[in-house]
Amino acid sequence: MSADQIRQVVMKILCRIAPDNDLTALKDEVPFREQMELDSMDFLDIVMELRKLYRVQIPEEDYGFLNTMASTVQYLIPKLQTATA
Amino acid sequence: MSDPNQRIVITGIGLTAPNGNSLAEYRANLLAGKSGVSKYEIRYIGETLAGVCNFDPLKYQKRKDVRRGTRAGSIAIYCANEAVQHCGLSWPDVRKDRVGVFIGITEHGNVETENEIFEISKFNYDTSVWSHHHNPRTVANSPAGEVTLSLGITGPHLCIGAACAAGNAGLIQGLQLLRLGEVDLAIAGGVSESIHTFGIFAGFKSQGALATNSEPTRASRPFDLDRNGIVVAEGGGLVTLERLPDALKRGATICGEIVGHAMNSDATDFVLPDPTRQAECMSLALSRAGIGPEAIDILSSHATATEQGDIEESLAIHKVFGDRASLAVNNTKSFIGHAMGAAGALELLGNLPAFDDHLAHATINLDRPDPRCALPQIVANTPRKMDRVEYILNNSFGMLGINSAVIVKRYSGE
Repeated sequence: MSADQIRQVVMKILCRIAPDNDLTALKDEVPFREQMELDSMDFLDIVMELRKLYRVQIPEEDYGFLNTMASTVQYLIPKLQTATA
Repeated sequence: MSDPNQRIVITGIGLTAPNGNSLAEYRANLLAGKSGVSKYEIRYIGETLAGVCNFDPLKYQKRKDVRRGTRAGSIAIYCANEAVQHCGLSWPDVRKDRVGVFIGITEHGNVETENEIFEISKFNYDTSVWSHHHNPRTVANSPAGEVTLSLGITGPHLCIGAACAAGNAGLIQGLQLLRLGEVDLAIAGGVSESIHTFGIFAGFKSQGALATNSEPTRASRPFDLDRNGIVVAEGGGLVTLERLPDALKRGATICGEIVGHAMNSDATDFVLPDPTRQAECMSLALSRAGIGPEAIDILSSHATATEQGDIEESLAIHKVFGDRASLAVNNTKSFIGHAMGAAGALELLGNLPAFDDHLAHATINLDRPDPRCALPQIVANTPRKMDRVEYILNNSFGMLGINSAVIVKRYSGE
């Protein structure tokens, strides 16, 4: 999966988790929590959705990589390189 | 009652039923004989029948709140907000630490647990995909807790597990904590999300107690020879309760005063009712109200359209009230099915407008009355005009032999 495809996957997950937020102007370098309503349970939803969709296991010590869209995509590239969108 | 602060009145009503999302709509449909039962499909069961509500959860919740919470929570939030609006309080000025939420439930958590098991079944039962939302969604206080989140209430909140007596039990809990001075405003009643758990349909089916009918609106038939079981329904009914002096001081419209209540237990069987204890429950409520059975004008029956349940309740009612023709006995489940935790509250609330319009709504689908339910007072198929409506008694009974009765008096300004 390409970086663009991974971004689309993450965006779809965010739209499900925060259905009241308009994410069209989401800035990739700015932390998610500064741009949308996202508490710890929502954050776990991102981890869970990736686990369900692609069987990606994200250890708790890596949660910091899911801070921004850019860092999330970079973190997921090696884990999803063989996955199909 | 000598101490006016022990007198508890209903000042606001919020509800959603399969045939109405406000008291006015619900009452109009009860008087018009309009059923809310429809075809319904659920996982593993396939096509069946149910009482389904169509309120708009987004009236009081954001999409995210709906996703995070439960169906019971959405129902409770809708009803609580409607009741608060109806009661006329200026909500920003209310002391939220003096408000309590007391919601009766038949069960809670089955829906979410079934959903999660279904979800992990798609992953070869890998429990690592079990949702972190499961616990907060299934704790037994969840629907009441969702109401506190919605309305910023910081007083106590509880769900009262009382099988199908839960709607009455929620009202009684609210009344008692007002009398104890623990709260100044109680949001109380009952809710049900039961149509979203296949288990309740499967359980009743295995018990031979799930209704079937080619015409959904004809399926719920309490007291009728052609009944064949329960129609499961969802819904909610919550009221604002206040001490009478508080309500009068702010000029509230009083929908009725809860003057009597009782709860007791059969201690005889897991599912079979006991008419002796049911009669004792009604008599205790009458005694606490300081009235005799002759004072009751409308008796809202619990009957669920199971053979034994209908027959035993009829025996209990006859034991307490005899054949007095001026009593009207009606049944709301014939319209909406069995709304489980909400049943007691919805069945009472649909009758309260009778204080003003002097009409006892009917029991519909009563084409061939079961002679073993020999109650000459049953209001069959069309509403009955009453000479007076001063007192309404609402029965709600449940599994494990839990019985409840609540008596509401028309408020006459005295």
